[in-house]
Amino acid sequence: MAVDTQEAARQAMGGIGVSLARKEDARFIHGQGHYVDDVVLPGMLHMAIVRSPHAHARIRSIDTSAASAVPGVIAVVTGELLAQHKLAWMPTLSGDTQAVLATDKVRFQGQEVACVIAETKYIAEDAAALVSVDYEPLQAVTTPQQAIAPGAPVIRDEKEGQTDNKIYHWEAGDKDATDAAFARAAKVVSLSTFYPRCHPSPLETCGCVADVDPVTGNATIYMTSQAPHAHRTLFAIVAGLPEEKIRIISPDLGGGFGNKVPIYPGYVVATAASLLIGRPVKWIEDRTENLISTGFARDYHMDGEVAIDADGKFIGLRVHLLSDNGAFFADAQPTRFKAGLFHIVTGSYDIPAAHIVADGAYTNKAPGGVAYRCSFRVTEASYFIERLVESAAVETGVDPVAIRLKNFIQPEAFPYQSASGFEYDSGDYPRAMQVALDKLGYQELRKEQAEKRARGELMGIGVASFTEVVGAGKGKEYDIAGLRMFDSAELRIHPTGKGILKLGVKSQGQGHETTFAQIVAEELGIPASDIEVREGDTDNTPYGLGTYASRSTPVGGAATAMVSRKLRDKGKLIAAHLFEADVADIEFDHGKYFVKGSPDNVKTIQDIAFAAYTNLPDGLEAGLEGVTYYDPPNMTFPFGTYLVVVDIDKGTGQVKVRRMVAVDDCGVRINPMIVEGQICGGLTEGFGIAFMELITFDDEGNCIGSNFMDYLIPTAWETPRFELGETVTPSPHHPIGAKGVGESATVGSPAAYVNAVIDALAHLGITNIDMPVTSDKVWAALRSKGVTE
Amino acid sequence: MKITLEINGTEKSVEAEPRTLLVDFIRTKLGMTGTHIGCDTSNCGACTVLLDGRPVKSCTLLAAQAEGRKVTTVEGLATGGKLHAIQEGFHAEHGLQCGFCTPGMMLVGAALIESNPHPTEDEIRWAISGNICRCTGYMNIVKAIHHAAEATATQNTAGVA
Repeated sequence: MAVDTQEAARQAMGGIGVSLARKEDARFIHGQGHYVDDVVLPGMLHMAIVRSPHAHARIRSIDTSAASAVPGVIAVVTGELLAQHKLAWMPTLSGDTQAVLATDKVRFQGQEVACVIAETKYIAEDAAALVSVDYEPLQAVTTPQQAIAPGAPVIRDEKEGQTDNKIYHWEAGDKDATDAAFARAAKVVSLSTFYPRCHPSPLETCGCVADVDPVTGNATIYMTSQAPHAHRTLFAIVAGLPEEKIRIISPDLGGGFGNKVPIYPGYVVATAASLLIGRPVKWIEDRTENLISTGFARDYHMDGEVAIDADGKFIGLRVHLLSDNGAFFADAQPTRFKAGLFHIVTGSYDIPAAHIVADGAYTNKAPGGVAYRCSFRVTEASYFIERLVESAAVETGVDPVAIRLKNFIQPEAFPYQSASGFEYDSGDYPRAMQVALDKLGYQELRKEQAEKRARGELMGIGVASFTEVVGAGKGKEYDIAGLRMFDSAELRIHPTGKGILKLGVKSQGQGHETTFAQIVAEELGIPASDIEVREGDTDNTPYGLGTYASRSTPVGGAATAMVSRKLRDKGKLIAAHLFEADVADIEFDHGKYFVKGSPDNVKTIQDIAFAAYTNLPDGLEAGLEGVTYYDPPNMTFPFGTYLVVVDIDKGTGQVKVRRMVAVDDCGVRINPMIVEGQICGGLTEGFGIAFMELITFDDEGNCIGSNFMDYLIPTAWETPRFELGETVTPSPHHPIGAKGVGESATVGSPAAYVNAVIDALAHLGITNIDMPVTSDKVWAALRSKGVTE
Repeated sequence: MKITLEINGTEKSVEAEPRTLLVDFIRTKLGMTGTHIGCDTSNCGACTVLLDGRPVKSCTLLAAQAEGRKVTTVEGLATGGKLHAIQEGFHAEHGLQCGFCTPGMMLVGAALIESNPHPTEDEIRWAISGNICRCTGYMNIVKAIHHAAEATATQNTAGVA
């Protein structure tokens, strides 16, 4: 076969490595995407939430009479009513409790206090404004430092035995070994930095339509859920509904980025209201509600130091973390790890001793602690170590590239045991660095920078070489609310040779309908166009833990490959029957079965599928169908090097990102076009976090950043043009060698952007500016060093 | 009050409260859900529609303001079963991921090409700067609009010849 014919066949099959155009696009470009707010059911009511204007206040009384009197209002639900059904409080994903509707106190601005159910959205909003709540304001606690200070008002005074605002104290690594390393260090470099609160803000806010049939008790809940199966189980536990009667349908999601992992009070009240009223209830947040009350991200205060020996090698790392978790500890993370996977903080470096201490505190701020496009706090870890390495480069006078090359975990060291307890599966960090340097033209830019600096101009080159840990489980170590983090795939090939693949994960825009079909195409030789992918409906997909922490490809993708192989093996039995040969003599190659030595006489996978329903050997079950629950043996460890060039205006403090080179290694790439799309999206969110996105609070706990005029998201105008590169180091334990890529760029890029700014300013004595690095902060830093135009 | 407007070439006359926002009118009264709500403050552009050919944010216009005018939504882009060039462009260049911003982005792109058949990258970026995308990083949206502009120009040239 000529090469171009082979290539054409490969493209037509749409297997791994093909940039297949997306199968899901058709409905979206026609405006026929089906999101939760598009669901309209007969008799459907609308719910609006009354929220607290105070960050901390005692509730004296709630008067719902005026609201109830509005024509079209069906019910006004308060915490008191929910308490009668034992629903006033619910468990969080971190084993804490959270108020569904406040009964005793409000603990953050925007907290849910009452819900109005009415015939239309407009009536519900009107009536919500008429609910009168008598508050006794209390002192607000708005930072974790205030929270843990003696004498601070106790936020969670309803919790038995809780006498302060401390949530947890957690340690990882080896304190003694780390102390010993610091004792023999030639140099110690420290960094104190704050990764501020930001918010995933998917363009579609959260919401649901709850439809509980009063006769059968069947509850169908259309819900913005990244983890519909886990949510069904939690609903069963929270609401006491029989799990088999709950059906969660997560339709098209308008982005998630971690925001749609937790269960929010609105879902619970809408479901309870539908149950009590006997009609479907829709609840859709507005943007302010989304920003002030649903899963925020980061809010980590990090202090640490690296011990360096006389040769310039890192020999120890200490980090202390103070985490602001808001009013309820509702982080979405595995039970064992109180600060998520923050202990990956040794990053890409061979640091033999590390000790991590983490403390969590309650504050009068929204709960959530979700991983905004990140695997359980890996972003914070990556940011800290990459910023600390920059500080080390500055203080030791070593080039930031050279200091990294000297301290990287070397390619031959994999699988690598990190000092904080991870086994890195594979990596080649120097190679990714080299590809990035070549693409950028690093040495030339350093020359340009020196010339500019001599003229008093400010230019910086930022380096970040991140390592992520994604794809949870293994199930033994990683869980969500006790549910082990496996995932699943169910594949049925029909008699005509076309199939349906059902998954436990759930796309929020990642393109699963295309990429997962490509895995089947690669494994079975059935064109990707012949495989329909179904997700998000708990009645019609196998149980899975959902999509977050870049786990769809590492876990759901592995399950898909493995179930395809199961079917391939069954196909051999059928082929042996059709060929009247011994099954041991049957070979399979890209969708074709043949007897060893006779590769020209083939039965295609389509022939086999037909025979599976029409012409089976005795004793073999009919059908070509299987399900695999895959429990990964380890996490995967994507990595890469990001380089950023900035120019800074001394007069205004404005930072202009001139270039951004991103070299990613996510193992085998299933669909390079989609991978690059994921990376560009993540680099943009990273850019937003580094320079624009901020949720902050005044001293009274008022949220600043409660709409898109205050919470700034990059538009096409500010966003840099990205230059992408790649290396491919397959995961040795993943069936197709893929590692997951959805979050790499958000994890790796903030440090690269900030390091570029610091690289431009360090010679002036400016060694840290906390994100977002806004013009006014840079301007003030410059002025503080006497730099003027 | 009765509101009469032309939507995607068809005249519709529907009762609605005077305070009804155009986006709610389109989504709930006309049952066309391709127009989305993302921020309520005109910042994100998920609700963008064309009003007499010009992009507007339908979350901050009253339906009554569209009285007697022509509204184009994403549902009106494809005609006679044939995709609009902007739809082709978004598919070919992977200009969408979650799809939530896509209708607004495509309408802005279509209006831009209408008024400026050969936009530069900066012109495209400026045109879509009132529309937020959280997924793509914009690079492929820019490519998609370029793609559509080129396809439209080629088609028009072929038409003339």
